[in-house]
Amino acid sequence: MDPIVLLANWFEGVLVGWGAPPWAVNLILSVLGIALLCTVMLLIAIWCVWVERKVVARFQDRLGPNRIGPYGLFQPFTDIIKLLIKEDIEPKGIDKVPYNIAPILALATVLTLWAIIPLSPQVLGSDINVGVLFIVAIGAISTLGIIMAGWSCNNKFALLGALREVATMISYEVPMVIALMIPVILASSMGINKIVESQSPLPYIFVIPLAAVIFLICSQAELGRAPFDLSEAESEIVAGYHIEYSGMKFGMFYAGELLHAFTVGAIFSSLFLGGWSGPFVDRVPVLGVFYLFIKSLFIYWVIMWIKYTLPRLRIDHMLSFNWKFLTPLSLALLMVVAVLHKLLQNANPWVYILGMLVGNIAVGAIALAISRRQVKVERKEFQTNRSVARPPESSPTAPIPDSGGD
Amino acid sequence: MTALQVIFILVAAATLGAALMTVIVGNMIHAALWLIVSLFGIAVVYVLLNAGFLAVAQVVIYIGAIAILVIFAIMLTRSVAVDQGTQINSNWGWGAVLALALFGALVWVLSSWPGINTGAQALPVGQDTVLQLGEALLAPNQYLLVFEVASVLLLAALIGSIMIARVRKES
Repeated sequence: MDPIVLLANWFEGVLVGWGAPPWAVNLILSVLGIALLCTVMLLIAIWCVWVERKVVARFQDRLGPNRIGPYGLFQPFTDIIKLLIKEDIEPKGIDKVPYNIAPILALATVLTLWAIIPLSPQVLGSDINVGVLFIVAIGAISTLGIIMAGWSCNNKFALLGALREVATMISYEVPMVIALMIPVILASSMGINKIVESQSPLPYIFVIPLAAVIFLICSQAELGRAPFDLSEAESEIVAGYHIEYSGMKFGMFYAGELLHAFTVGAIFSSLFLGGWSGPFVDRVPVLGVFYLFIKSLFIYWVIMWIKYTLPRLRIDHMLSFNWKFLTPLSLALLMVVAVLHKLLQNANPWVYILGMLVGNIAVGAIALAISRRQVKVERKEFQTNRSVARPPESSPTAPIPDSGGD
Repeated sequence: MTALQVIFILVAAATLGAALMTVIVGNMIHAALWLIVSLFGIAVVYVLLNAGFLAVAQVVIYIGAIAILVIFAIMLTRSVAVDQGTQINSNWGWGAVLALALFGALVWVLSSWPGINTGAQALPVGQDTVLQLGEALLAPNQYLLVFEVASVLLLAALIGSIMIARVRKES
């Protein structure tokens, strides 16, 4: 028996024993569950600060925080105390209400995502049948928070940063939604728990690896992390949409960003790595929480690995990568997977997995071959007119020609 | 009154209030934000109707796409997005009369409809409503034609917008 479920059942019994009506019992249990989950997640966010700083230090050949506590473990607490006692500055000319709602939205949307992630077979907030779409909807609301932050603080740099971030998010949402459709096709359900359960012989990463890669890339863009961190540019627009925030309001953006990365890890592991499933989960269900966290942390580490290894992309490169490569690729993959699913539906599961794998690899290889050819053409174009100092032949006010090469 | 009805009245009041604020406030961005509150209220109404898919689709499409588009459009306009003039013009009286007449007519039509007092049928337990919706959209004897026509329309709009935005090569 799951200790969390056991505890909930015991508490329910106590409440009923006190003579509480069933709806009140339900309400109290739900509120307690929400409070518990949010608290645990916020504590994880605090710990994520330490993990992030330690990992980036290792990638950059430094030690990272190492003064306060063993291995610098208490560093995040001092950071929080610093954020809490900082002056809460409200710049002139701000739009007060959106300015104050934006950091709440930034953190609350991330916490809301945990409502549908199954922690173990029985412990999950809400097993809605549109779970995958729910993730997309919450992403839409977090976009709104960024726009509000950028617009309300009356700073041009913040607005520019917000517009860049939102442009990234709404364009990378397209291939992300299509990539999310692929596990939905395989599991024949949009509920996250059903998707986790249907990854029985092998997790989906071995069945549809290309969809997993597309989802990871798009999540990286959705998180606004390098190589897609265009909203952050130290020399031109500083830190993007949250320049004007100080103290704990900035802290909420920061915590939301870190927790979002961990949450994306959890979503990725639920959709592609089998979520809570692992050895002995059927006998000891609470192990599922442990497996999910291990997998999420691994994906979180992969996200950090990409972030601290790759340089920042230029905005036109980033957008053309999305619209000219990822979107057509994900559409083609969706069609191939849908057809293969119908063809192999009644076949032996291993034949099904092999067929899907071959289909994915073929689509990926064809896409890479096409883009390699395109790159050769583009490279030739750039090699021919190298001279930088030559004045443009057209009028000086002519727009800069698009280097996308279409 | 059940708890569900109380929640419905609160949500409906918030939705209508936000819709009213959308047309009252002078600041265009504030109007767009109030519009989002109103659209979100409609999503909550869908949730109360047990229509989870519609609720999530409402948030994805109306808040995630249309509202963001509206905000972008406002930001691209010339002024500081603040309307200095009055919110109403000289025809407000006629507008109010027409709106009231329309509301009265709708109330009259609905109250003369016999189904107004019967409660909605409970959803059959154990059936995936999303699955049923998907099958209905793609079944030839149900909504397949409408679905395909809508997708062709959207494709036409997409191509049209690309044609408008395309930089013409000068000869």
